[in-house]
Amino acid sequence: MKRYLIIGNGATAANAIEGIRSRDKEGPITVISKEEHPVYCRPLISYYLEGKTDLKRIGYRDEDFYMRNGVSVLYGRTAVKIDSVKRKVTTDDGKILSYDSLLIAAGSSPFVPTIKGLDTVSRKYGFMTLDDALGLEKAITGNTRVLIIGAGLIGLKCAEGLYGRAKSITVCDLAGRVLSSILDDECASLVKRHLEEKGISFLLNDSVLSFENDRAFMKSGKTRDFDVLVLAVGVRPNISLIKDIGGDTGRGITVSSRMETSIKHIYAAGDCAEAYDISSGERKVMAVLPSASIGGYTAGVNMAGGNARFDTALPINSIGFFGYHIMTAGSYEGELYEERTLDGIKRLFIKDGVLKGFMLLGMSERAGILTSLIREKTPLKEIDFDLMKKGATTAALTGDMRKDRFGKAV
Amino acid sequence: MRANDDMKRVYVNEEWCLGCHLCEYNCAFANSGLKDMTYALKGRPLFPRIHVEEGDRITYAVSCRHCEDPICVRSCIAGAISKEDGVVRIDRNRCVGCRTCVLVCPFGALLPGEDGVMTKCELCTGNTVDMPACVKGCPNRAIVYEDRGGSL
Repeated sequence: MKRYLIIGNGATAANAIEGIRSRDKEGPITVISKEEHPVYCRPLISYYLEGKTDLKRIGYRDEDFYMRNGVSVLYGRTAVKIDSVKRKVTTDDGKILSYDSLLIAAGSSPFVPTIKGLDTVSRKYGFMTLDDALGLEKAITGNTRVLIIGAGLIGLKCAEGLYGRAKSITVCDLAGRVLSSILDDECASLVKRHLEEKGISFLLNDSVLSFENDRAFMKSGKTRDFDVLVLAVGVRPNISLIKDIGGDTGRGITVSSRMETSIKHIYAAGDCAEAYDISSGERKVMAVLPSASIGGYTAGVNMAGGNARFDTALPINSIGFFGYHIMTAGSYEGELYEERTLDGIKRLFIKDGVLKGFMLLGMSERAGILTSLIREKTPLKEIDFDLMKKGATTAALTGDMRKDRFGKAV
Repeated sequence: MRANDDMKRVYVNEEWCLGCHLCEYNCAFANSGLKDMTYALKGRPLFPRIHVEEGDRITYAVSCRHCEDPICVRSCIAGAISKEDGVVRIDRNRCVGCRTCVLVCPFGALLPGEDGVMTKCELCTGNTVDMPACVKGCPNRAIVYEDRGGSL
């Protein structure tokens, strides 16, 4: 019987378990879980603070998921070393686990900047884990002034989650715009305006030079007093386990479309792995849930002897703030088509006759049809792209394409 | 909940669709949990799980395809979408309204429902209707409930 070992207990791991069990109902699966919680999805922690989910519903799978799938979970443990020759993994408590097939689904860790006086700040939190959210929840009262460092996806979702629970929320970022990884200047300023209208303040183009207890001295010369500090500067893929044994890495762990690393019997998926971005043609870490789960499932199938491929990855983000939805996908290269409404912007990027990427602010209806054009590299000259530009619709496809999608089992 | 033990799915023949939108009303009514259609629909915001798409001289209704390997299931950040017995279902109690499913569904089949939580066709297996209401009420029989292959 094949023994499976998974390092990590997030959505990637859960999907890998399902992938393994789609082919192998017997082989024992062991999961090394750093956190003391059954699988939940990281993005849900802001929804937890917002009250849109709770500890009962936050689980990614139902309560008997591990039992039903014959999985034993080692909670509160981390893997410290892989021996790829003897196929053994050592955990932090010295336990040695053997495997026939290993998956690294170790995710990423928050990047903690070195800022003078950071150690004098009494109440500081990251915003990556459920425990972070629970700690933050305890630390907050209606009188709390919150300073969030980082106006990216994590920092802003944290701000939204804390909204209404704290006295004030300020977000600062070195970058000149919010969500700088997914939005351009103009779209970002629209989102920023929405958040400012709610009372969230921003210090952009600015960074903390030093802290003195609960006071931040900014590069701009401003000072900001706070009660609780949230560090949401960025994340780093956890690649050291494979790097230590000579496996190929870039920013993330290098994997094939079968999610194999360069070392035999070791797979990697999720936020710690790099994949080929079908929209840009580059290899990159796409730290988004769909990539994690599809990559995890693919790895699982292959670990159990199957032949699955994940070769349609692209960066996608669906994120909302106070009911205002933002959707982005692909890469922003090529010719721009733009449409505006009073409160929204649509930007489509077209290159070499195919859709490469888009930003949709305040208009998200049926956006998946546009995503499928990117993924499938549909030649735009074959479809009624003028109709598609106005609003995503399968009516703009050819009759044959529609028959393929709607006329048979898919 | 009605069990689903066959590969019958909702298919739409766009040549026959009149674009009358009755399917949307029938769907909203069937899933309202109410007995009186007028009371269920009149003056209320409607959240049908099927919608009519209109293009150049064509109309047709779109609802969930219940794909063999549904990308919405794998993409849901809340683990709220699952597939059982061939039916893709959403647990509206777990959905947090992030709309990632909207961003990945190539059919445009998922729609926001009440309270910003998503809603989708579950082939009327979760209500008291014995056959999908859109099919039953389609005046031109453009929407049919048929087995055209696939697996559970």
